[in-house]
Amino acid sequence: MNISKGKKKNKEKLYSLLILLPSILLVGIFVYGFVGNTIWTSLTDWGEGAGLALNPIKNFVGLKNYKTLFFSFTQSGFRQDLVNTIFYTLLLLFGTLFLGLFLAIMLDRKVKKEGIYRTIFLYPMALSFIVSGTIWRWLLAPSGGVNQIPTWFGGKQNQFLWISSQKQILQFNWQNIWQVLGVIGLIFCVIVLLINIKREDKRKIIIWSCVSGIFALFAFVICPLIPPVLKSEEKHGLNLAIIGIIIAGVWQYSGYAMALYLAGLRGLSGSIKESAKLDGANEAVYYFKIAIPNLKPITLSAVVIMAHISLKMFDLIYAMAGADNGFTGHPSVRMYLTTFRANKFALGAAMAVILFFLAACFIIPYMVNSHRSRRPMR
Amino acid sequence: MKKMLVMLMVVFLVMGFAFAEAQQETMSEQTIEKVIKTNVMASGDLEIFSWWAGDEGPALEALITQFKGNYPKVNLINATVTGGSGVNAKAVLKTRMLGGDPPEAFQVHAGQELIGTWVNSDRMLDLTPLFEAENWFEVFPEDLINLIGTDEGIWSVPVCVHKSNVMWYIPANLKKWGVTVPTTWDEFFAVATKLQAKGIVPLSMGALWTANENWENIALAVLGVDDYNALWSGDLAWTDAKVEKVWMTFGKMLDLTNKDASSMSWQQATDMVISGKAAFNFMGDWAAGYMMTTLKMVPEKDFGWANTPGTTGAFQFLADSFGIPKGCKNPTAAVAWVSACGSKAGQDAFNPLKGSIPARTDANMSLYSVYSKSAAMDFANDSIVGSLAHGCVANEGFMNDFNSVMDGFMKNRDAKAACLACAEIAETNGMTK
Repeated sequence: MNISKGKKKNKEKLYSLLILLPSILLVGIFVYGFVGNTIWTSLTDWGEGAGLALNPIKNFVGLKNYKTLFFSFTQSGFRQDLVNTIFYTLLLLFGTLFLGLFLAIMLDRKVKKEGIYRTIFLYPMALSFIVSGTIWRWLLAPSGGVNQIPTWFGGKQNQFLWISSQKQILQFNWQNIWQVLGVIGLIFCVIVLLINIKREDKRKIIIWSCVSGIFALFAFVICPLIPPVLKSEEKHGLNLAIIGIIIAGVWQYSGYAMALYLAGLRGLSGSIKESAKLDGANEAVYYFKIAIPNLKPITLSAVVIMAHISLKMFDLIYAMAGADNGFTGHPSVRMYLTTFRANKFALGAAMAVILFFLAACFIIPYMVNSHRSRRPMR
Repeated sequence: MKKMLVMLMVVFLVMGFAFAEAQQETMSEQTIEKVIKTNVMASGDLEIFSWWAGDEGPALEALITQFKGNYPKVNLINATVTGGSGVNAKAVLKTRMLGGDPPEAFQVHAGQELIGTWVNSDRMLDLTPLFEAENWFEVFPEDLINLIGTDEGIWSVPVCVHKSNVMWYIPANLKKWGVTVPTTWDEFFAVATKLQAKGIVPLSMGALWTANENWENIALAVLGVDDYNALWSGDLAWTDAKVEKVWMTFGKMLDLTNKDASSMSWQQATDMVISGKAAFNFMGDWAAGYMMTTLKMVPEKDFGWANTPGTTGAFQFLADSFGIPKGCKNPTAAVAWVSACGSKAGQDAFNPLKGSIPARTDANMSLYSVYSKSAAMDFANDSIVGSLAHGCVANEGFMNDFNSVMDGFMKNRDAKAACLACAEIAETNGMTK
């Protein structure tokens, strides 16, 4: 009895493997194979000299390309692009999630002709970034649509340059990058610590105060001792020119966040809402104290989706600001230019690898988390 | 199962490392000489690759029509990728060449874009036999042949020549504002103060690459022809005080431009002059094509031109040419195509429509516009220097890095830092002696 069951199981395993095999092979070669190839390329000097020869010379140079990207004088543009990426991600996340949640709550209140609104809000997502980018470039042009709005009310034309402003706020010096990272880490730890103090979880309070202490020690004692990473001062910060791009991105994807949240809100059972009402909760209390905390898994997937979209903004930036607008730069645009315009294939590959790991930072924790939560259901 | 998947992933990653090492097989060598000697009528598929679409499309069509008349058996495939100055086309071409799928002939800027990128990589066929057979050494200017040839051979056939140090204005507007056309930078700054007092932008500018073009105009004015050439040959150091003066003058010039430059196309910058918002614009002479063909303006009456300040007697040039890559599948047709490009009839069909001047010195100038006639005169008489923004004097690596330097300079206006950065990128891109 047991043996035949085991055989059956083995057979099933074999079948499933056979069915999966073609896609494993294809994904293996065309995804992981090429990822491996790119990582290898990033460790060579391909592109110094005759990069486009039939058999280009590629010497192994170790991590030299990465060193160039982070610490050389000529690649300050790439570092600004990395800083831009962080702000693109944060602003796009907050923009789409808040607007999406707001729209979802509005639609959840049994609006008449809800389907029409839903379609209208979701529609921008059906457009490609190139199309919406072109439209928004016209709208946000210096004397274009948006800047003309004040004149309708007799005001002066707005002078803000949405995608070409040269202003920069929240500046920091790349020479102190370790200290900056340390302070950011410290702020994060202190927030977690405060949450745990409120929850009165003694064990976690001790752990997080130790971690905060380490970060404080690193940022304020160790960092001033290590020599600066660059010879000269180099300021980076939040370029105001990215606001225009963010507006277009939020316009395009908040409908998607709305759809996610609306599905979540509809998924909450009606009895929760009714019992909340019976207990005397008004609408605001229901949404803030009951609905939103219950939507946590949805927020998590929305965060991952939006974060990885922010790493794929190439087309939007290319359409709105052009490839050479340094104020709206993004590592993906620079990677394309470095590889296919400057013929520095190895340096471009190093940028691609950095982008790959940035994406992995968002996606791997999500996959681990969803895998864990799926397990008990089986 | 899960462990197996992870293992498979690792195996594939490692495989990626391994096939990076696999070598492409070299193609059998063809030579242009063989093709010319055998003298068969061209036939079969011929794919030509260029970025002549949109405003420049009709000119290419005229050339193709003429070619098809002479070679009816050739099936010509016109592969164009849009985007001014080949911004998109060049990337597509590179992926095709790396992937082992070269077109029969492709468009390339004469100078370092041809030599630094393709000839140094040993990807082009030597066209010297064709130049000899067609007697082209007599009809193309020597300065131009130097830019498309090396000691080993001649690598492409020039089709058209553009001038990049031209200053455009509207004569009637200047009269109205009471200013004259400046010929030196001191005069220009004096005129600019006058214009700014009237609320007019003295100089209109577009996106980053147009800033590079203005920079090269100023470099030519401040350094003069000899030092300008010395800068590119590596004889004049980037850290020289003269080069610093170029950046300082350029910084002063930036203060006279429109604030929204980085989001504007070159056409929009030209439009600012036409609408009277700005007084002058520096742009290559495709602007003449734009104003005459697209906007139907009459040269000399509706718009005027002069050399950019301080560059009288110099012609800053760029040229488009066609070359044949190694591995070309139909060399007979490819040779037929490039000979059509270099022929007198071909150049006279193409250039009047494009607004450029012919690369040949014996073209029939009665077919050309008033502007082109004046440019052709300058080309014959002035000292000819190459353009930076259009791939003539510096290799593509330097050009790309120069964009970052320019971007940095626009933020901090630090002439000294820009000089140091240029010295460093010249070094990393192998442009020093």
